[in-house]
Amino acid sequence: MTQTTLPPVEKTQPVSSPRGTISDRSRAERKLGWLLAGPAFLVMLLVTAYPIVQAVYYSLFSYRLTDPENRSFEGLGNYWVILTDAVWWQSILVTVIITVITVAVELVLGFALAMVMAKALSSIRPVVRAAILIPYAVITVVSAFAWAFAFRISTGFVNTWFAWLPGVSDTTDWFGGQASSLFVICIAEIWKTTPFISLLLLAGLAQVPDVLQEAAKVDGATAWQRLWKVTIPNMKAAIMVALLFRTLDAFRIFDSIFIMTAGANNTESVSFLAYRQTISRVEIGLGSAVSVLLFLSVVLIAFSFIKGFRVDLAQARGDR
Amino acid sequence: MVASTLAACGGGGGDSATPVLNWYINPDSGGQAAIAERCSAESNGAYQIEVSQLPRDSPAQREQLIRRLAANDASIDLMSLDVVFPPEFAQADFLAPVPEDVAQEVTEGVFQGAVDSATWNDELVAVPFWSNTQLLWYRKSVAEAAGLDMSQPVTWDQLIEAAEGQGKLLSAQGRRSESLMVWFNAMLESAGGQYIEESGESPDDIQFGLSTPEADRASEVMAAVANSSAVGAGFTTASEDTSATEFESDDAGFMVNWPFVYAQALSKVEAGTLDQSVPDDYGWALYPAVDEGTPSAPPLGGIDIAVSAFSPNPDLAYEAVTCIVQDENQAEYMVTNGNPASSIAVYDDPEVQEAYPMADTIRESLELAASRPLTAYYSEVLGSFLREFHPPGSVNDQTGERTETLTRAVLSGEQLL
Repeated sequence: MTQTTLPPVEKTQPVSSPRGTISDRSRAERKLGWLLAGPAFLVMLLVTAYPIVQAVYYSLFSYRLTDPENRSFEGLGNYWVILTDAVWWQSILVTVIITVITVAVELVLGFALAMVMAKALSSIRPVVRAAILIPYAVITVVSAFAWAFAFRISTGFVNTWFAWLPGVSDTTDWFGGQASSLFVICIAEIWKTTPFISLLLLAGLAQVPDVLQEAAKVDGATAWQRLWKVTIPNMKAAIMVALLFRTLDAFRIFDSIFIMTAGANNTESVSFLAYRQTISRVEIGLGSAVSVLLFLSVVLIAFSFIKGFRVDLAQARGDR
Repeated sequence: MVASTLAACGGGGGDSATPVLNWYINPDSGGQAAIAERCSAESNGAYQIEVSQLPRDSPAQREQLIRRLAANDASIDLMSLDVVFPPEFAQADFLAPVPEDVAQEVTEGVFQGAVDSATWNDELVAVPFWSNTQLLWYRKSVAEAAGLDMSQPVTWDQLIEAAEGQGKLLSAQGRRSESLMVWFNAMLESAGGQYIEESGESPDDIQFGLSTPEADRASEVMAAVANSSAVGAGFTTASEDTSATEFESDDAGFMVNWPFVYAQALSKVEAGTLDQSVPDDYGWALYPAVDEGTPSAPPLGGIDIAVSAFSPNPDLAYEAVTCIVQDENQAEYMVTNGNPASSIAVYDDPEVQEAYPMADTIRESLELAASRPLTAYYSEVLGSFLREFHPPGSVNDQTGERTETLTRAVLSGEQLL
């Protein structure tokens, strides 16, 4: 059995209008569009493009906030310093580990929760949805504190509750090593943002046409087959969007690390590195360069996702 | 009516209105606000001090102030600065010069360590307000059982041995934070070394004292403490609060910590969560020495008050500072807020003596206290230190040298931190 999706709808050009010219009506519409979106576009430029350009500009200088007179042009020197430093690669590694683990676990968990939300009895559905969404409403810093308190030796209950697990005892110091710290950071992130992914997947689930499910059922497909051959292929777009958003978000992780370990034991993410250069060390030049590199990483992720997304779509069409 | 209200709100604008001085304070139990009120009243309308709170921990306080001052923010007149920060602010020309007569007045009868911490390039740049120091706290019962004579100076090795022998805890702060520097610097100074032997204006001129036998000895003691069975679980994340909690437990033996632990235990007794016998068992002595015969060099903390270079009323601000740091205010601040005075005479105040049974030990400790490295690049120095010296259990005789190399590379912009 092949994957079952609805055939793509062919978009047809209106035959009446000659190619290459725009009718008065569409010109007016376009004008209205600019009038409506223009102010927002300007504001976006002002608050987003301007700081980005400024950061790129500053990143070319050696510039300390407390010593503005000795500002000097470095060219790409700051980038060279960063890219040849083990600290940068260490923080990239930590960030990638956190991103991959949290996004993978969240996708599976989020999908399960989305199914629960979709299939729950209509009488309890609002309650189920609200309950699942609560963690997402909690401020990240607050959730980080809650998890930190839970795992800390002095205030935590985790060690007592899970003492029956091998490797956990009264004196397990979760924030004393890299792996265990990252474990707690990932758990906090997963708890906090799984609702977001499940919300996006719920929207995707709603798009899977019932007719296909029924057809598959009539054909004798098991529930497992229907999940893999009907549901998931039909909500591929929603899954990709959820993955993209979460990956971009996870790659910029800062709050949980800041609260739980403050970067100790090699748990520093790229955002944290940028924060320390710019805010703590007031080295605006070096910090801007880290930020620009972080920005480029995020752009790269978004680009490869969108690229991969298109390739997938083409393959899905080619199957038939 | 409306006009007069507006004028009153306008701050230093009009002639008729009392100039407002904005004092950015570190959070406390309301003591600085009370002093501000008193000094405003005493000034007979010359100025009105308004307090605003900074974030709770000192690096965050610095981050806020330094960014605002870099933008020439004129709305800051007075600042409560942690003792490690005046050099950086002074070097950046963020502080208004201290008038000669004020400098004379506010350094008289003040602990030398406190004055040193407020001095940069041989000039007083801030005004010492209160001074903190760590003591060696011990459980009288444990010290007695271990046969340790606490009236004599004790060393770290003795403490490890006594705590291990009695199966009790030796509490110190192994967390990756300022407290690790506080600990290491105290041991380095006790061994006769100095973190920064000579500080210069440019990073290249700084002479570090980390590749010395003294630094090696301090590292050795640090590792010995961290690797002994006498430290509690989770030593690499233990903060001052962790230590204080450990010291209230049944396993408590010895601890180095700031004096707040005593007041904290008493307030817990008052709240009924701690038995009176626990604080009764608390003993205190001077900070431990590194070796027998070396002097104790306790950590120095506290707050200096600085005047912003961008304040519209620097003269008035210094007038206010002189009022704030008066002995009476320091004494009351010490009694009500638990922050030890920087003025030596305050320790003879009967009220202070009554509230602090250990007042004389604190005074003695402050007389010996050594400040942390004074440099305009403190956050780089601290950051490099933490990267090499944490976790404290893995410190060895190479660590100091590595830290020196790293700090140099960071300061010259060749490495990230």
